[in-house]
This record gives sequence, structure tokens and C-alpha cells, in this order.
Amino acid sequence: MKISILARRQVLRGMMAGSALSVGLPILDCILNESGDAFAATGKPLPERFATWFWGCGLGEGNWVPKAAGADYELPAQLAPLKPFQKRMLLFSGSHIMLDGANNNTHTTGAMGITQGEPNKQFKGSIDTIIGDHIGRGTRFRSIEVGCNGDPGATWSVREGQGRQPAEISPIKLYARIFGPGYADPNAAEFTPDPQVMVRRSVLSGVKEERDALNSKLGAADRAKLDNYFTSLRSLEQNLEVQLQKPDPLESCSKPNPMEGVDKGALSLASEAMARAGIFAQLLAHALACGQTRVVNLALTQGISPLRQEGDSTNHHAYTHEEPIDPVLGYQVKAAIFQKQYMQALHDFVQTMDSIKEGDKSMLDRMLVFAFTDHGAPRLHSVRNYPLMFFGTANGRLKTGMHVPRMGDTTVRIGFTAQQAMGVPTSAWGAGSNRVTTPISEILV
Amino acid sequence: MRKFNTKFFRRALCVAVNLLPLTFSAVHAAERASGDPNATSLRLSPAQYKQTIADVFGTNIVIDGRFEPEVRERGLLALGARWANVSDIGIERYDDLARGISAQVVGPNNRGTLISCKPKSETAADDACARMLISKYGRLLYRRALNENEIATRVKLANDAATTTGDFYAGFAAVLSDMLISPNFLFRYRTVEADPAKPGAKRLDGYSKATALSYFLWNSTPDDQLIKAAENGELQTVDGLQRQVDRMVGSPSMESGIRAFFADMLHFSDFETIAKDTTYFPRYSTKINDLAQEQTLKTIVDHVLANKDYRDLITTRDTYLTRSLAALYGVPITDTADNGEPDRFIKHRYPEGDPRVGILSHVSFLALNSHSARTSPTLRGKALRENLMCQVVPAPPGNVDFTAVEDTASETLKTGRDRLLAHSSNPVCAGCHKITDPIGLALETFDAAGGYRTTENGAKINTSGVHNNVNFQGAADLLPLIRNDRALTSCVARKIYAFGTGKMPPRGSAEWDAIEKKFGEDGYNVLRLMRQVALSDIFYAVPPAEVDTATRN
Repeated sequence: MKISILARRQVLRGMMAGSALSVGLPILDCILNESGDAFAATGKPLPERFATWFWGCGLGEGNWVPKAAGADYELPAQLAPLKPFQKRMLLFSGSHIMLDGANNNTHTTGAMGITQGEPNKQFKGSIDTIIGDHIGRGTRFRSIEVGCNGDPGATWSVREGQGRQPAEISPIKLYARIFGPGYADPNAAEFTPDPQVMVRRSVLSGVKEERDALNSKLGAADRAKLDNYFTSLRSLEQNLEVQLQKPDPLESCSKPNPMEGVDKGALSLASEAMARAGIFAQLLAHALACGQTRVVNLALTQGISPLRQEGDSTNHHAYTHEEPIDPVLGYQVKAAIFQKQYMQALHDFVQTMDSIKEGDKSMLDRMLVFAFTDHGAPRLHSVRNYPLMFFGTANGRLKTGMHVPRMGDTTVRIGFTAQQAMGVPTSAWGAGSNRVTTPISEILV
Repeated sequence: MRKFNTKFFRRALCVAVNLLPLTFSAVHAAERASGDPNATSLRLSPAQYKQTIADVFGTNIVIDGRFEPEVRERGLLALGARWANVSDIGIERYDDLARGISAQVVGPNNRGTLISCKPKSETAADDACARMLISKYGRLLYRRALNENEIATRVKLANDAATTTGDFYAGFAAVLSDMLISPNFLFRYRTVEADPAKPGAKRLDGYSKATALSYFLWNSTPDDQLIKAAENGELQTVDGLQRQVDRMVGSPSMESGIRAFFADMLHFSDFETIAKDTTYFPRYSTKINDLAQEQTLKTIVDHVLANKDYRDLITTRDTYLTRSLAALYGVPITDTADNGEPDRFIKHRYPEGDPRVGILSHVSFLALNSHSARTSPTLRGKALRENLMCQVVPAPPGNVDFTAVEDTASETLKTGRDRLLAHSSNPVCAGCHKITDPIGLALETFDAAGGYRTTENGAKINTSGVHNNVNFQGAADLLPLIRNDRALTSCVARKIYAFGTGKMPPRGSAEWDAIEKKFGEDGYNVLRLMRQVALSDIFYAVPPAEVDTATRN
């Protein structure tokens, strides 16, 4: 099926391994409707996106909390790299993950509570999958997870019954996965379904037909496992189905330059992990802009950050426990160096999303980036007073530019509010003392 | 002493310096997928997958792709296999692997040996040839004969695909690829049938027995002979089972099983995330990661196949070294291979009095259980306790407070022992740390890459300590104590059983107690132990939850 394409301006492409900038074309006004929020030809709304961004080992004992609430607050020193986005972000403080007597498994329990609504319950289904199921139907990938220090366990994305989705650790392999053979340029003049893909999709019925026979031989527990297997098979099927349909044009989409070679694998230096985070940010932005997925998840490392500075044998996590708090400055000086690096990487991620223009807005405006961490105060493995941020307006549904103190409240309410902002029809989330039924209404438009 | 804001501090203080490793167990304990503990199906490990493909299709097939990460449960990936399922990303990866394998199977290089029938036309469907191939490979991949319905379904799919693509081989490859992502291939099931000897009772069917046996002993799929023994009922007889077990134990394929078990027990999968700082350890390149594992596995396989006492792995002076490993160890060896040739493994025996003794002095233990730039006595002690002795080390309390540590940057705390002083002197910490630290401190003369040293930051390293109320001066007299610790042998026996079944041995089982006793009487011969386990009733026990599948068969 042919479509006529509009004349295009030259796009700056920049996917040299290690370096950076890529600017997509704006969506031309003439293909938008009058209110600028949908494609004129199809009436389809512009795609929404959601991202999570995780850093390990928190921010410290609480000296990062701004004095003022609301719009006119002073950004604390640890968050200085985020200054350019202060007006377009929300900073949350003061909330806790309620343990209800459950064990505080260090570097795990808190983040599980934030992403799944319940600490320590065996994997319920994380916030990105909940939102992705709502906004991400019909994309090639349900979500994309990346980890920046070579550990596939650096991920909080979980589907119930499947455990954690392993993080992609290699930018080069991620490039091949997204922009390799299965990729169809949304803006190409012609689209021809690949017969190989048609064959692959049709032979899947062989596996599907085995389901009943297997079920009849298995006990209940194994049948439940089998159900989860077929849920995953469905996502493969969807991936193939998407590849067989002509994709909607996305003017902001540009394919990155090819990446080849072999990535380094496991990293232990903070500078290397931040560089990899930058490359991943570029790839994920392209993937979102080109409609390959609607949900991306980036984790700098697992919760116990093993990153080091050059020439130093002590890693970040060890510093959070070993380093004394400077009596004059009021914080751990060496740990703060890592925190600054992470916040710079977060800034760069957000800026990368912002560099993709769509109409008179950027992709960042239409999306929600949810930045979170594993501990409020890592020195004490505290699950209290969490620093969390939102970037973007979730397609205009969120107010921004405020410090939002949530003293004594459950952190789960923040994730619940994010779900409502992304339009998920949900009336409750979490369990026990973390159960919430109302969002933080003052930040919703 | 500086003043501190003690508002948040509790009375109990504990030094944090090497607590990092102790938090690992807490993180990884939460790793398993959610699921019912009654599940018995086991997902194939990457090693099992590769071995299976090699045994079914031959070693010409190159497996180039990634797998779904495994789940470690109570120290073993084999236990985690019961929880492991297939995620969205996993199915993508298995699909990529499957297509790569299928394309090679029908490709021109392998077609001659692997496709034993010729289609009437290469550009069209051929019912008979497709049927032959699907039955043959289906039986080997699914570890049982396919029934008529399964064959007919797949033949039709192959025919349709052949017609669509105009290529018989592409049609078969598509169906083969689909079978390689099927749960029938990726998961090992324990299915039951009525037990004719005990009316009303169930027993594991022959195919399930064959599968359990072959993945235990050979880490791979049952061969044709074993599947036949399942089909003709031989495996359900005492003599028949023994015949097959003895055949398998005597086969060269036993090496795969031994390697797979010890790689799992010693946590070699952690090598994937190791990053040693070459500023500190210039002789530790990334290829050392692979060589280190191979050194230890070769040492162990040699030892086990020679029917030696398992405990002597802790004190043996025999091992294998390559040039690059020897450089790391500081050992002079001679290798006459040309420059540019891959490193060869050469038998080496450490002389009497050498500090290197047993597998705990291998890089695979020392470097794996250290940080990227410094050692961790706690981590090493914990690894020995948990991995080799099945002793649980409690996780540190989440709110442990480290204010006592503010002087760690001082010039007085030069060695690991000095830095861990509060672990041993503070009774709140010592309760747990005395389980791990004395062992780890005995190994402090080996740095984070496994190299030997006698000083740290200019101070002499003190390796003395107490184990089970016996004083020791260093590793050389600690390791014989470990060797003779009953926990060492009981642990490996239990883990070997778990490797084969996906569960720890049943508590209070007289048959298991007898197996452990016999292990001792056999001089702790691992091969004989594996044979005993493979012949035991508990190895083939019907899971209680399966009893209710009676009428569904």
C-alpha cells in the first residue's frame, strides 16, 4: 500500500557510538488537526509515552529537601544539574514505603513498593507494565528495559508470573533489536509486508495448539506457569502482527546511524556507566519517536550501586555506608559526587526526550518520565523520605514546576497518580498501609 | 573523636566496610519469579539448551544469541529453574535462537547430514519428507514421540509454509523454529501414569524418567537409546534402569553433567557481571574470566572422573594452568605453543609448602568473591559457607548504623583485618561475622584478582583465626579443617540431588540418609553418588500435586 510522503527537511542524525546529538523533524502543522493534538488524516491522537529512570543509593539523609513547598522552591545542591528543567518537573519528598512489619530487604523492598504498590510481595506487575498495557497496545515492543553497567538484573520492570524482565545491557544489541531486520520506517513511501514474517506468524499456531494437550497432563501449578508462557508468546505474536501492518507516519521519527562492534560488557566506573546511559537515552528516544514502543525503562545500575571513580577502590554503595557525614557541609562528600553524576545523566535523558519535536511541543511534554531510587537515606537503608521526580506533563494532564512534600504519605500514591495522569482507568493501587484510592489531586490538571 | 548528630543512630553500631556482599543475598533472594511452589517444570538452562542442540543436530550448529537470565534460588540455578518462566524478552531471544538454528539445520552446509530425506521438489511441499523430519526431530527435541495429531498439525504448517515461500526447506525450518520455542522443548516436565504395581497410585512415566536422568547426568536431552528404553518400559524396571544409568555414567558425556553441576554450585554465572579494574590488576583481562572457570572445572572433572575423594578438592595441589593464568598466579610454567595460538591448559602441581592449595585458591573463587578493586573477606567467607557448606549466613539488619566507621580513612586501618575490627569486637556484629570473616581473612594473602601478596598498604597480613574452636595460622591449616567438616560433604550431596530434580532432598527421608551414608562409605566418590541418586526412588518421586491429574491422562 503506497502513501504519498510530504517533502522532508534534512534530519540531523547522530548515532556515532559515544557521541550524541540527534534532532528529529518536527511534526509539520499541516498534518495535525486544528487543536494540534491529533493527526488530521486519521484523527488518531499523538502517541503518549512513559519512561522510568532509576538510580541506586538515593540522595542522603534529607538535606536535599527544599524548604519551600509549591512553585517557588530552591533546588537543592544535589539536584543542581536538573535546574534547566525545574519548571517542567515535579519533585516529591517526604513519602514512605510502609512496611507493615514486612522485612526491609535492602536495596529491594523500597523500590518494589514504589514500582509494584506492595513491598516484598512476589512480583505483581510493575507500574510501567500497567501503563504500557494501557497506552502501548499495538506496538512492536511492549516495553524496552535497559541497564547501564552490564547487569541484566538492573531492572524493576516485572510482569506477574514472569519475574523481572531482563534489562538490555548492550546498546549495539539494542540497536539491532529495534532498528535491525524487523524495523519498518514509518515514513517510508511504500510498505510491503515481509513474507518471512507472515510465515513466522502463521506457524505460531503450532505452539498454540499444544496448549490444551499440555494442560491436560500438568498439575495446577505448572498449568499456571504455562499460562504465563502463553502470555509472553502473545507478545511475540503481537510483535509479528505489527510488522505486518503499515505503520502510521511519524514525522519525528529518524533511524539512528548503524551501531556495530561489541560493547564492553560489565562496567565498574561511573563515567563509563553514564556514557552508556547517554547512548541508551538516544536509542530509546528514537525508539519512542519511531513508534516501536511506548514505554521505556532505564536503570543506571541495580540498587546497590557498584560504580567507582577512577583510581578509587571504594564503590558508591560502600561510601554511603562508610563515609562520615561532613560536619560542615552536612552530607557525605564522596557519595555526593556520584549523586551529581547521576543527576547529570538524568538531565541528559530528559533533554534527549525534549529534543524530539512534535508539532509545537516536544516529546517530553507529551510523556511522563518517572525518576525513582531504592532508598530515601541509603546509609540507613531507609525506605522513608524518598526523592522522586516527574518530568513532562503527561500530555497536558499534569501541572509541573512544584516541590510536592508528602510527609507521612505512602510513596505508592505517587505511582498511582502517574497511572491516572497517563489515563489508566484505575481506582486503587497497592495493598495494606500502602493502599491508595485517591491521587495527589493538586498536581493533576 | 568527632562529634556527630546522633539523632538517627541507634545504640548498635556496626562497621560497614565489607557489608556489601551480605546485601547480595537479600537482593537475589527476591529474584525468583512469582509462582506456585508446587510447580515441577524446569526451564532449560543455557548450557542445557546448547548441549541439547549439539547432541541433536551436531556441533556444526553455531548458537549465536542470548538467553533469558536464569534465576538463582538458595544458591542454585537448578533450583531456580523451577521458578523460571519465559518473559516477553525471553521469548524474543528464544525465537531469535530458534530461527538461527533452524536456518543452519536446513542450510547447504548441514543439509546433507541432517536432512535425511529428499523432497520430490525443493521448491514445493512434500508431505512424506516433512512428516519424517518432524517425527524424528520432534521426538528428540520434545523427549518423547509426537502423537499423530501433533505430527499432522505440524506437517500441514510445514506444507503451507513451503507453498508460501516456494521452498521446502524454508517450510521445514519455520516449523522446526516453532518447535524450538515450544514449552515442550524449553521446559522439562514430570508427567505421571498409573502404576500397575500399586493400583490407584501414580508413577513417573518413562519419558519423564528419561528426561530427568539425562539432564542430571549429561546435562542434555535423552539420546535415542534412552528414549527407546523409556518407550519399551525398560526404565520402569530395576535392571533396566540400572543398565541405562551405568551406560550413562560410563559415557564421556558425564563430563557435561559434572561441569554443569559445579559451575552452578560455584556461582560461575556471576562472572558475567565481573569487572576487574586493570589499573590495579593489569594481568586480569576479560579472557581470564573464561580461563578461570575452565581451570577450576578441569581440575574438578579430572578429580571426579579419577574417582577421588571429593573433600580433597579443598586441599589438592593439582590443577591446570595456562600462560596467562600462570602470570596472574605468579607461577612460572612452560608452554611451547606458538605466540598467537590460544592458551593451552597444562597440568601443574604446586610444590609442598606453596600457599596455593585446593580450589579455594583458584582465581574462580578468589576473584569472583571480591569487589572490582579490593577483596572482601566477608564475601569469601560467605561464599564458602553458603556455596560449599550449605550454611546460611543471615542478611545484615536493614537499619544497621555505621557511625563507628568514620575513621576508616585513617592511616591506622591498613589491612582488611583492621577494617573489619568492629565486626569481631562488637557483639552485635560478631554473631554473624564470626561465621564468615575468619575464613575470608585466612585468604587475605590473595588479592581481588587472585594474585598472592603478603602485605597490604605496607602492613603484614595476618591470616590466623579460629574455625570450629580450632586455631589456625593461615589457609594452609584452615583448609584441612574445612576439608574434614561434615557440612562439606553433606552439602555437595544435597546440591547434587537438587541439581537433578529442582528440589532439595526430602526431609526425614530414610532413603536419602542412606545415600549420604553410602557417599561416605564410598570414600566420597562423586560419580558413585550421582549413580546412587539416579537409581533412587526419591529421584523419581511423584509430586503430591500431580496425583490429581489421574483421570486427565
